[in-house]
Amino acid sequence: MDEDRGALSGDVREGREDERPAGRSSRMDRAMRGVYIIWLREFKRFWRDRARRIGGFGQPIIYLALLGVGMQNAFRVFGGGEFSYVKFMFPGILGMTVLFTAVFSAISIIWDREFGFLKEVMVSPVPRSSVALGKILGGSTTALLQAVIFLVLAFTPWFFGFSLSTLWKILAVLPALLLLAFSLTSLGVAVAARMTSFEGFPIVMNFLLMPLFFLSGAFFPLQGLPGWMDFLTKINPLTYGVDALRGVMLRGVELSGAAGPSLAQYAVWFKDKDIFSLGMSRGYPDPSAISSMTQRASLPVQVHPLWLDLLVMAGFGALLFALALWQFNRTQS
Amino acid sequence: MDGHAVEVEGLVRRFGDLVAVDGVSFTVARGEVFGFLGPNGAGKTTTINMLCTLLAPTAGSARVNGYDIREQRNEVRESIGLVFQDPSLDDRLTANENLDFHAVIYAVPAREREERKRRVLEMVELMDRADDMVITYSGGMKRRLEIARGLLHNPRVLFLDEPTIGLDPQTRKHIWEYIEEMKRREDTTIFLTTHYMEEAERCDRIAIIDHGRIIALDTPDNLKDMVGGDVIRLRTGDDARAEEELKSRFGVSILEERDCLCFEVERGEEFIPRLFRELEVPIMAVNLQRPTLDDVFLKLTGREIREEEADGLADLRSLARVRPPFAR
Repeated sequence: MDEDRGALSGDVREGREDERPAGRSSRMDRAMRGVYIIWLREFKRFWRDRARRIGGFGQPIIYLALLGVGMQNAFRVFGGGEFSYVKFMFPGILGMTVLFTAVFSAISIIWDREFGFLKEVMVSPVPRSSVALGKILGGSTTALLQAVIFLVLAFTPWFFGFSLSTLWKILAVLPALLLLAFSLTSLGVAVAARMTSFEGFPIVMNFLLMPLFFLSGAFFPLQGLPGWMDFLTKINPLTYGVDALRGVMLRGVELSGAAGPSLAQYAVWFKDKDIFSLGMSRGYPDPSAISSMTQRASLPVQVHPLWLDLLVMAGFGALLFALALWQFNRTQS
Repeated sequence: MDGHAVEVEGLVRRFGDLVAVDGVSFTVARGEVFGFLGPNGAGKTTTINMLCTLLAPTAGSARVNGYDIREQRNEVRESIGLVFQDPSLDDRLTANENLDFHAVIYAVPAREREERKRRVLEMVELMDRADDMVITYSGGMKRRLEIARGLLHNPRVLFLDEPTIGLDPQTRKHIWEYIEEMKRREDTTIFLTTHYMEEAERCDRIAIIDHGRIIALDTPDNLKDMVGGDVIRLRTGDDARAEEELKSRFGVSILEERDCLCFEVERGEEFIPRLFRELEVPIMAVNLQRPTLDDVFLKLTGREIREEEADGLADLRSLARVRPPFAR
């Protein structure tokens, strides 16, 4: 806790002339300061709350261990071959972790309103857009941290093994995670900005999140869906997030490499069990086996090219951020 | 010093049909301690919220430190400090961290920060608890910390909304010592709301506000002079007869009050012996009081401030009163 305080006290740069009254610093300077300190507060509150750290780690493990293993066996029974569902699901659960942590971090706005702290911020000279940005970056950071904690699991033999290539994948996946976290926290802030009830927020959010989650491809491949459902998956920001995560983790970073196959190709793959096998019949793989596996699995793991995923996510991010700012500007303290 | 700390012209705020603030106008001089006195719901907090740019006025205009509260909200916000009626600390942070947060958003230069934090914490005697989580503080300590925080960025005007509400008398006394200290040391203008008379007495000037309107504005002494002389409260064996007698023989007019005869005279200490000599009804108790702001409010509105805060029954009681309202 001591170094935390150091950070809070030490780090902000000031103008040189100190006889200058507090108020006259430039507008930009003031805005940045606001973003920084609000971000720092969000982060510290998260870090001190052990329940949140542990709980946030526990949920994805339950999904992976119970749902993942269960489904994997089901796939085997229904003729999916030796397809490693757990591995397929891993990036999906990663996306889910970010989704829930990011969106629910915005509840701190309702909390602050309830306990009065929002007033302290709202009456300050810091512009509201800075307040919103600070909150969003704070929520994104906690979501990212949560995801990184979860990513430690990737090093285990059940997933990607303890190797440099796993570390590289984890690093490569971070920008996509950050983009995803930013968009989703913005969504949470947009909703929380106008809500006054603690009870209402989770209900509204779950109503929004469940479809986002189920239609993202986190649990099942999005191929061969009925038209309406296909449409919904295409307007879901999380679809592109999960697609990017899965692409990077199972295939590697290939910005413009082989894009998703055409619909005709889907039909071909679904008959070709070999694609689903991912080489798992050989038992838990060593790193060299992984790379050969991921090569063979290059078609089904990623539907869109990575650059498109990132671009679409950035677009959603900008849109949701604008929405959050707009809503936050109308909020009452 | 240039101009006034606060200038208000015809400020109005409506909430639907309710007119919370109904065209108030006043000015506050630099370095003044200015009080808003009135019962709960009179429009005090609404006025403060408008002056602090938390709430947009329905009509009228105001300037704080020369900045327009509609057009120059950021400038207003930078130049004021605000202590809310309701708590607004982050109780999951330490006192130090709350102050750090405030210092950063109000752009207190980093090199001065530690010194100023130390000064305000010493002022409110929380230095030894500075690194404890605020959640472990008592109500009085939180209040003191809020006041310390409001002072941290050397505001030119400090708004205090009911600064001592719900505090024990000792803490209240302390807080007033800080307020006076601050006024002396920093030449800060202080704008406060209260419904405590003792608190209002310590202001340089007071505006008495009722139903969203200012009904009087002056120094406490001048306001008390308005009431006239001293107030005598009398209980007798037969109040009705005594009232008759007081009116005819002593030529005083009776103020409205529930359970005793109450009237004002020029020199109370000389009037009482005369009362004992000449009044034919037996006297059971007599009480002489220098006029208070309560009496001023009573005179201006026909009600006491304290009744209003007690409970909703106060309204019923005032309706049920038999005596005619204060007659002049």
